[in-house]
Amino acid sequence: MIFLPYRPPLTQTLSLSLNIFTQVSAADSVIVLNQEAETVFPEQTPCLFCHVTFSSSVFHFSQRFTTVVPESCMLILLGLVLGGVVLIANKKQLYQLEPALFFLFLLPTIVGDAGYFMPARLFFDNLGAILTYAVVGTLWNAFCTGFCLYAAKLLGVIDERVQADLMDFLLFGALISAVDPVAVLAVFEEVHVNDMLFIIVFGESLLNDAVTVVLYKVYISFVEVGPANVQTADYFKGVASFLIVSIGGTLVGLVFAVILGFITRFTKKVRIIEPLFVFLLVYLAYLTAELFSLSAILSMTFCGIGANKYVEANISQKSRTTVKYTMKTLASIAETIIFIFLGISAVDKSKWAWDTGLVSCTLIFIFVFRAVGVIGQTWVLNRFRLVPLDKIDQVVMSYGGLRGAVAFALVVLLDGKHVKAKDYFVATTIVVVFFTVMFQGLTIKPLVKWLKVPRSTSRKPTINEEIHERAFDHILTAVEDIAGLQGYHHWRDKWEQFDKNYLSKLLLRKSVYRKSELWEAYQKINIRDAISVIDQGGNVLTSARLSLPSMASRASFPEVTNVTNYLRENGSGVCLDLQVIDNVPGAKVEEDTETHHVLAENLYKPRRRYQSHYSRHFMPLGEKERQDREVFQRNMRSRMETFKSTRYKRHKKERSLKKVTHTQTHAHPAVIPVEDKAEHSDAEKEDDVGITFVARKAETPKQRPKSAALDGCQSPTAAPPSPTSGDSHLPWKGSVGSPPPCVSVEATKIIPVDLQQAWNQSISSLESISSPPAPAEPVHPRVSALSRLGGPRPASYTPPGSVGGSTSSIGAQVSQGSFCFPEKKKTEEEEEEEDEGGALQEMQPLMSSLRPPSSLSSPPPPPGSAPGSGRRRNPCVYLRSLVTAPPPSSSEPYSRGPTQL
Amino acid sequence: MGSRASTLLREEEIEEIKKETGFSHSQITRLYSRFTSLDKGENGTLSREDFQRIPELAINPLGDRIINAFFPEGEDQVNFRGFMRTLAHFRPIEDNEKNKNPTASEPLNSRTNKLLFAFRLYDLDRDDKISRDELLQVLRMMVGVNISDEQLGSIADRTIQEADTNGDNSISFNEFIKVLEKVDVEQKMSIRFLH
Repeated sequence: MIFLPYRPPLTQTLSLSLNIFTQVSAADSVIVLNQEAETVFPEQTPCLFCHVTFSSSVFHFSQRFTTVVPESCMLILLGLVLGGVVLIANKKQLYQLEPALFFLFLLPTIVGDAGYFMPARLFFDNLGAILTYAVVGTLWNAFCTGFCLYAAKLLGVIDERVQADLMDFLLFGALISAVDPVAVLAVFEEVHVNDMLFIIVFGESLLNDAVTVVLYKVYISFVEVGPANVQTADYFKGVASFLIVSIGGTLVGLVFAVILGFITRFTKKVRIIEPLFVFLLVYLAYLTAELFSLSAILSMTFCGIGANKYVEANISQKSRTTVKYTMKTLASIAETIIFIFLGISAVDKSKWAWDTGLVSCTLIFIFVFRAVGVIGQTWVLNRFRLVPLDKIDQVVMSYGGLRGAVAFALVVLLDGKHVKAKDYFVATTIVVVFFTVMFQGLTIKPLVKWLKVPRSTSRKPTINEEIHERAFDHILTAVEDIAGLQGYHHWRDKWEQFDKNYLSKLLLRKSVYRKSELWEAYQKINIRDAISVIDQGGNVLTSARLSLPSMASRASFPEVTNVTNYLRENGSGVCLDLQVIDNVPGAKVEEDTETHHVLAENLYKPRRRYQSHYSRHFMPLGEKERQDREVFQRNMRSRMETFKSTRYKRHKKERSLKKVTHTQTHAHPAVIPVEDKAEHSDAEKEDDVGITFVARKAETPKQRPKSAALDGCQSPTAAPPSPTSGDSHLPWKGSVGSPPPCVSVEATKIIPVDLQQAWNQSISSLESISSPPAPAEPVHPRVSALSRLGGPRPASYTPPGSVGGSTSSIGAQVSQGSFCFPEKKKTEEEEEEEDEGGALQEMQPLMSSLRPPSSLSSPPPPPGSAPGSGRRRNPCVYLRSLVTAPPPSSSEPYSRGPTQL
Repeated sequence: MGSRASTLLREEEIEEIKKETGFSHSQITRLYSRFTSLDKGENGTLSREDFQRIPELAINPLGDRIINAFFPEGEDQVNFRGFMRTLAHFRPIEDNEKNKNPTASEPLNSRTNKLLFAFRLYDLDRDDKISRDELLQVLRMMVGVNISDEQLGSIADRTIQEADTNGDNSISFNEFIKVLEKVDVEQKMSIRFLH
């Protein structure tokens, strides 16, 4: 049971995963970092990495920093400071951003995250613009910067010491001209410009990789063979290699996307490795492309974009969450490392060779040519675009042309033997990167505000928008067809047909394939609403048994916030059909729900206390104790009340009640622990069923003790030295005196291994009760034994004040009373189970449609056990417990028999 | 083709259409040639059959509804003017149109008119309300056969509940506008007609 929280149930995973990850990330990332780092720096101190992680988390959480200063700036500054410290201490810079580390580990994590979570529709809507900026824009920047720097050199603006000719400058221009995805992501994610603008700049930064790679490699080879030896054919080879690198990279990515989709189609039985496949294959796409000297970034991006739809549909919700948060965490770790190391690397005298002319020329040129390029291309593009890019967009795009770590890594990779001016280039690159990331990154936010660039709203679409936008798409396609235009919608529709008829059939599970996207969207919205309702409601746990859809509908009506309203309105529990609830409330239903409410509050609190044991990180302890006490008292009160009423019932049942005296009421405090224990262990078992399979096995023998325990109880009817003659007629009373062996022998088999000890303790305490002497004392051992069993709830079991006093004073009567009470309790519970079960069964057909596809094969939930578990867990867990086939309900009342003893 | 179209289309007619719909001269002639190529009966009007002959519309889930939208109520022929008037809904809103004086009548491609076009697709009985049944019909068209009536019903219920503000269990046009107010309808209901 201790391991239960490690695999939190469905909704908890969703709602808590953020918490978990923020908590875990500190520890985790150090490990991850160390693993990554060891490949590059086998023995260097992990404390630096601790520092990295720590500082990143500090920046994450300090609002003041991040609202004004982008994280990337702070990280670079921190890196500078750290680098300075290391330099002073060591006289020599030990750390720097190694290109191998960067290209093999850091960059793919970021690109993988970006590609996988790329909004595909938006990306392809703007693909034309993105490609134009990425290819034409980058080429333009590279050539212009290179030539102009050469011109500046000729004009004498750049110092004589910079030994570089045209080829060197063109090479430098190529590596400095590419907009950097890491920097763009880091800065733009905080600026929140509108989606279209973001996707154009970011898409450009990803897709220009092919251009950069080709230009870089071509120039390197030109520089190496010497400009004089370059023949005309080589230029054409360069152009050809560009096509190969870009198209080849894309194809590699798409091939891996298909493989990934295809694999996840068959991972139903091995859910645990689903995320692994995602990471592995996306990364493999990167490595494979790198291996063949194709554009690795393109490959990874398209693998992510292509696979996302199919993978997300195939894998389980948990895997989805895992993939999402792991990718995001890794990417932000990588980003942090990159920026810090950029800062550290800058503080390295050995690399610096400053030339003011070169630096200032480069800064001016890249800025000017970026702006000119953007304006020129936009002018052309706007003739073809449905939504023209206006002037403000162009300003932001020009200003957002950030250079970053890719340029730095590339310049560090240069061979100093061939490129004489390498040191100057490194210094210039560092300055350019710092200038763009820090100065432009710092000022872009005010600029965007000042220009009133439309911001993005991180709003999830409502069901209406989902439906109507789909309708819009159909309308536009039809209109294009009618107007005889082979436009974008025409081709998108063609692609969707192809996807539906072939790709989805190949890559999606059958169960998923048959589902409608609309239905998926609907369910997603429902789940999201349900989670948000739970989040807002905080402690609405008692209403948690109302499952997703009905709550979801309420989410849009803020006036329905309190629990009672929920219960009144949605009394029938899980119900998909909103009409039923809203239009036919029905007096009886309302009455029932009122009952449910009362019962839920009174009966099941103990188990909730038990559950809070596992979520102790999320619930303040003091409040819990207070609540426990309250619940305890309320329980007592209500039990006494119900007891009074059930006494008459027993008359009807012609049971001898002569000996049921007033003492029984006093005996309750002693009884409750027994009762609680029974419930408690039930709860544990139920939870076990939900989570692990071992425990379910342990539960199946329950049937056997049922008869055995009954036999054991009934056989000694004549024998026991019962205090009164009347008691002997009652089997359960008779069992008081009966030797516990019949319990301990049989019952130990049904107790899960980890509970054996606690069980034995309670048995021994029971034995001590049954022994004739020591009337008062037995109570306490029992209580203590139980509180031991219950773990974190000893306080709640010490009956407060007067109740506690009565416990010990009337201890002599305890053994009598204690075994009357369970029967009463049982009837009460059975009643409740009946009507709950009825309500549940009503809902069966509706619920079955709600359940995830994987669960369809499992048997329908037994009415008795489900409501109990559902009452205090959140809806998904409730569904889960329905889904995971709880133990047969028939065994439950009986199974309590042995446990109560 | 273009020459034939321009010969059949009188200059003043083009001017009128231009004024009404905002299409450019070349767009009008281009669309007129499309119109005549669709018009198999060569009588200057299109019938439903003419539309239904377009192969892509046969596989469009909302194809028939959209065809219906071209026909004025109670008629089964549409002339070029009507054809253009419907298509004009999908013309992107241009910059110079945004700042137009508000006194002039609303252009066909305004946001409201775009939404009204979509709304009319749902609203079969033209009572200016999308009832649950009407919504269900459209939903049924848009989803495959694999989704059960029950599921579809719950989607419809939820959709209506979300949009319905006055509690009449249907979506009025105002509610329709309201529920889509955050959507970039101008962009999502526009196509680029070639110049």
